[in-house]
Amino acid sequence: MELLRIGPDGWMAVRLTLRVSCLAVAGAAPVALALAMLLSRRRFPGRVLLDTLVHLPMVLPPVVTGWLLLLVFGLHGPVGALLWRWLRVRLAFSTAGASLACAVMVLPLMVRTIRLSLEAVDWRLRQAAQGLGAGPADRFLHVVLPLAAPGVLAALVAGFSASLGEFGAVITFAASIPGRTQTLPLAIYAALQVPDGEQQAARLASVSLVLAVAGLLGAEMVHRRIRRWLRGDG
Amino acid sequence: MGSFWRRAAAPPAVPRPARDGSGPGGDGDDGLLVEIRHRFPDGPSLDLRLRAPLPGVVALWGPSGSGKSSLVSALGGFFRPDAAVIRIGAHRLAGPALWVPPEKRRIGTVFQDARLFPHLSVEGNLRFGARRAPPGERGSEAPSLEEVASLLELEALLGRRVHGLSGGEARRVAIGRAILSRPRLLAMDEPLTGLDDRRRAEILPFLSRLRSRLALPILYVTHALDEVLELADTLALVEDGRIGDTGPVAEVLHRSALAVREDAGALLFATVRRHDPAAGLTFASLGANGSDGVLRVPLRAQPPGTPLRLRIPARDVILVDAPDGHGLPAISAQNLLPVRVSGVRPLPDRNTRLVLLELRGGSGTPAAVMMAHLSADAVERLRIQPGRPMLALVKAVAVDVLGGPARGIADGTHGREARR
Repeated sequence: MELLRIGPDGWMAVRLTLRVSCLAVAGAAPVALALAMLLSRRRFPGRVLLDTLVHLPMVLPPVVTGWLLLLVFGLHGPVGALLWRWLRVRLAFSTAGASLACAVMVLPLMVRTIRLSLEAVDWRLRQAAQGLGAGPADRFLHVVLPLAAPGVLAALVAGFSASLGEFGAVITFAASIPGRTQTLPLAIYAALQVPDGEQQAARLASVSLVLAVAGLLGAEMVHRRIRRWLRGDG
Repeated sequence: MGSFWRRAAAPPAVPRPARDGSGPGGDGDDGLLVEIRHRFPDGPSLDLRLRAPLPGVVALWGPSGSGKSSLVSALGGFFRPDAAVIRIGAHRLAGPALWVPPEKRRIGTVFQDARLFPHLSVEGNLRFGARRAPPGERGSEAPSLEEVASLLELEALLGRRVHGLSGGEARRVAIGRAILSRPRLLAMDEPLTGLDDRRRAEILPFLSRLRSRLALPILYVTHALDEVLELADTLALVEDGRIGDTGPVAEVLHRSALAVREDAGALLFATVRRHDPAAGLTFASLGANGSDGVLRVPLRAQPPGTPLRLRIPARDVILVDAPDGHGLPAISAQNLLPVRVSGVRPLPDRNTRLVLLELRGGSGTPAAVMMAHLSADAVERLRIQPGRPMLALVKAVAVDVLGGPARGIADGTHGREARR
């Protein structure tokens, strides 16, 4: 338990990390669902472009993603300037900005997972629903989504877990401000930068290990329970 | 429109007269019309034209791969052929510039695999279609969930998840779900395929019950002849992507190649007239109004007035050269039917003949038809030739009583006896 004595500053970083990740997943989920639906349709103009754009953060260096975010959402960026002028909202160097960076980074993972689970729903069941008078939205809400629920939930948990560890994009777009944008990985990095900070870094690292393992186990449990329920023996 | 759903007190025991040579527009707006042309890339081509009177059960019979399932898919709107004209009564579902999407067609398709929703209970599945059905015209003529559940004996299953269901139970739920969506037509694509004989025998009575209880038009696709015999009013033969002979089931059976088989038999429509429990016999009137004579069969449970389908295997019919029955000794056969020979057909084995007969007693038009499977020698000896009046002997126990409502309706036990 010695390893978990991370002090008030450490706990502040943990709470902030959880908050940033929750916000990130909450914001990314509807977008990911919409994109997954769109991309699982066979063809529409601009499909390849959209697919590439969504997956870009997965292959770009995170620093580049963060910098691009800064260009677009920074106070002088096209979107950032408008947000500031109309809503007095500043994303760069704010908690919301850290969440945005995390959301963009975990979006590809979530879109992919949701899309696979949507496509795994038996087309024959969609056809049966259609024959019984269910239109497209009706079919999606009442047949496809419930049957894809395990995958959608898995996507949420995976997105949350991945977002806990986001570093490059967050530090570039939101900087490392303790209590505002300094999430766990950033706090670990900061601890390593000061003399004698190694012990604190090790403690923070073990907390993030616990969080990651708990996330994975939780995801597995939820997934199993839903699958069992869908199979009808739960 | 609402008339499809009017409960049938006495379903038509005799199919409508044949509509041979009907030209385009020859049958007004009251029937089923399906015309499909399609060429599969490097596959067979389809040219299916089906015209059938409604309501009633239209059976499509043919080998697998003949195009039956494609027709059902196109009817449901799931498969769009190169060209299609589809009409149910006055409702046009497909035409030159028209393709109504499946969810707007109101065709209750029952697929070969039941396709129940695994995330819903049996009741949830049943309600899925009902909830999306348009409100009923003129009160509620469609059957309620309770009625359908009792008709298909699903009451005990309502709360169950669909995974625990047996194959037969799942099919029954699928059928109930389709009925409750208040379709204009129920399209069943080999609903009994893949079930073993016992399960088939278990479901067939339910289907018979459906056809007699609900005035719901049914398109029934099968490659099993016994299902045709039991259920069909109109029969269409399908082969190689074409629809061949189409007409009232008994007529098509008798004039088609189906008749020229060792296991051929006549299909007769009858009505229970009265019972003689002391003698252990039921008297069934043949034809639309009993005008074609009376047939004695072993005692049945159905009340008088119940329509029956009777099959008389050709090999169980004896012909006697005594047109009026005068001078016959006492014989055990219960049925002595005056008939006229209408044709003699050779069978593939060369040593036997199939003698086609018309019942003489009746005024039915067309006359009810029977068949006798005789040795070639017997045909020679009795000089059996078209036009000859004769007497046909049929034992009561040789008459196969098919379909009709399941026994359970009259006697409280459920008509699940495996007859075959």
